[in-house]
Amino acid sequence: MTAEQLKVRDLEVSVRSDGRRLVRGVSFDVQPGSSFGFVGETSSGKSLSCRAVISLLPAGLQASGDVQYGSRRLSGLTSRELSAVRGRTISMIFQDPLAALNPMMRVGDAIVQVLRAHGGPDRRAAPGAAVELLERVGIDDPARRAQLHPHEFSGGMRQRVAIAMALAARPSLLIADEPTSALDVVVQAGILNLLDRLRREDGMSLILVSHDFGVISGACDQVAVMYAGQVVEQGPASQVLSSPAHPYTAGLLASLPQPGRSRPLVPIPGSVPDPADIGAGCAFAPRCHLAQEACLSEPVPLLDVAAGRTSRCLRWTEVYRQEAPAGMDEGRRSVVE
Amino acid sequence: MSSDAAGQPVLECRNLTKQYHHRSGRGRLARDQIEAVRPALLDVSISLARGECLGILGESGSGKTTLVRCLSMLERPTAGSVRLTGHELSSLHGRELRRVRRRVQVVFQDPFASLNPRQSIGAALAEVLRVHKLLAVAAIPGRVASLLDQVGIPPGWAGRYPSELSGGGRQRVSIARALAAQPDVLLADEAVSALDASVQAQVLNLLRDLREQTGLSMIFVSHNVHVLQYLAQRTAVMFGGRVVEEAVSQPPPDWQHPYTRELLAAVPVIGQPLARAGSAATSVRSGLGPTGCPYRDRCPQRLDRCERQDPELAEVTEAHLVACHAVAAQTAKGLAS
Repeated sequence: MTAEQLKVRDLEVSVRSDGRRLVRGVSFDVQPGSSFGFVGETSSGKSLSCRAVISLLPAGLQASGDVQYGSRRLSGLTSRELSAVRGRTISMIFQDPLAALNPMMRVGDAIVQVLRAHGGPDRRAAPGAAVELLERVGIDDPARRAQLHPHEFSGGMRQRVAIAMALAARPSLLIADEPTSALDVVVQAGILNLLDRLRREDGMSLILVSHDFGVISGACDQVAVMYAGQVVEQGPASQVLSSPAHPYTAGLLASLPQPGRSRPLVPIPGSVPDPADIGAGCAFAPRCHLAQEACLSEPVPLLDVAAGRTSRCLRWTEVYRQEAPAGMDEGRRSVVE
Repeated sequence: MSSDAAGQPVLECRNLTKQYHHRSGRGRLARDQIEAVRPALLDVSISLARGECLGILGESGSGKTTLVRCLSMLERPTAGSVRLTGHELSSLHGRELRRVRRRVQVVFQDPFASLNPRQSIGAALAEVLRVHKLLAVAAIPGRVASLLDQVGIPPGWAGRYPSELSGGGRQRVSIARALAAQPDVLLADEAVSALDASVQAQVLNLLRDLREQTGLSMIFVSHNVHVLQYLAQRTAVMFGGRVVEEAVSQPPPDWQHPYTRELLAAVPVIGQPLARAGSAATSVRSGLGPTGCPYRDRCPQRLDRCERQDPELAEVTEAHLVACHAVAAQTAKGLAS
């Protein structure tokens, strides 16, 4: 299946019982065959935003907003209609692959089940197709491994099996929610390369959620930086991460230990607020060194920074001007080393 | 603290080995695994100078946590010696062991799991002072306040409970609790890994300041090379229960061991393309016999010798040790020519 454009507008996720809003006003496009990253800290809403795209929210939460995939409107579909989309058109993988795998089932059989559920190859051909999928995701000796149970695989191998299952019905958009956060870096690099290769070979689109700026920077074309349920900055990943236009992004970059940096880290004071306790104004204002009265009194819209780039900061020009050259020099220097 | 001659390491271990008992019967091992199980730690020797921060870099299964547990005598080593300011610990029992434990304090990854949820943070600190009889009872509240102040928590918060603090706040309390015992050495096992990026820098700077201002000696265990580069004066890299390389942090060393190189190449860096390195292999060694280089199965520079003989740590340049037959051969060749 060829990828189409995903268009999300004004996505909102709230708690059904009391109406608290956990995600507010998230809008983004994913171009066919491209990769889009959500980066942010705990409870920034990055994961909920992605789950809301295919209405896979935890119990007790509800989403509103408009989700369009190609010519098809996904928001407002019934659950029966949604299950035809999930897996076949849009598929998802999670941080913990063990949760996605049935411990009692041989992994080959689990993949066969997915293939059959989506009307894939017939009963006789399906096991062979499952072995081919395992081979595609880089599992050695796939015919033998298809006979094993999930507990007999290492963490990285399990994530590969979960990816094989997610790809079984040939989706054109894959949503990966922190797929490598539980894995060692060497294994992580293998999984990220695999996702990148599959995307290029199949023309699949990818939405990647991560708390790791390095992962997003390497794996994504576009990025949305999230804070307390809102997108604070959005644009091409290479530009946003090299010359941020929001004090939160700039602050995070200054607080991360990076290669070739020995000067003291500059932490962001305070800690991440609960998205439910945010006042009328900018959610980051209480921790922001640039905050002024206007930031606190009313909501800050996403402002245009450059073509395809926005920032939810009234004083973005000061961040952009001050931080850009220093950050970029540092990046280049570390490449030379 | 009495017999602390100049230059004597505050904490050191020699040929430390920890062999866990092999489970049998229930819990069948994976087919990939074999009977002869390598010890979790094998012949590890490290030393920590007073006022120094030694970093231990390793992935899951490298033995880094076992090392911390043996150094703090939470786990009794199978063989080898652990010396605190020159005194052997591994032969101590009962009251003597408890007395010595005060002097080696551990900070764990998850502060929520290591703090009692029903105890206010002030009471948690006071308990340490009381148990170790470090102060007159009347002086305890004052000391609690100064400990909280030292880690950047308002002393007025002494009555709060762990659930009322953020993740970073809880980790500060864990650090204050460790400091309350007036330890000779602080062992931090992935102490910032569970924290959000913006908060992680606060805790890293706190530890750095404590070392610089109070001369705290510290072993900091992490899987994050950038964190260690920032915090540690010296870093030991572990793989498969062995220290495979050790070097001073500044200037950034020219890492020699093929494993260290693979690991560093896989770390995602902001502004750089994805590492192509990442292998499908995992750091959990499977099918490894009890002898030979633990990295040999994945090593691009493998020699025949690596199969039979564990390479010893040897100096390649001043204060830079590498345990690799191939590197040793190259060094020897370099010296000969």
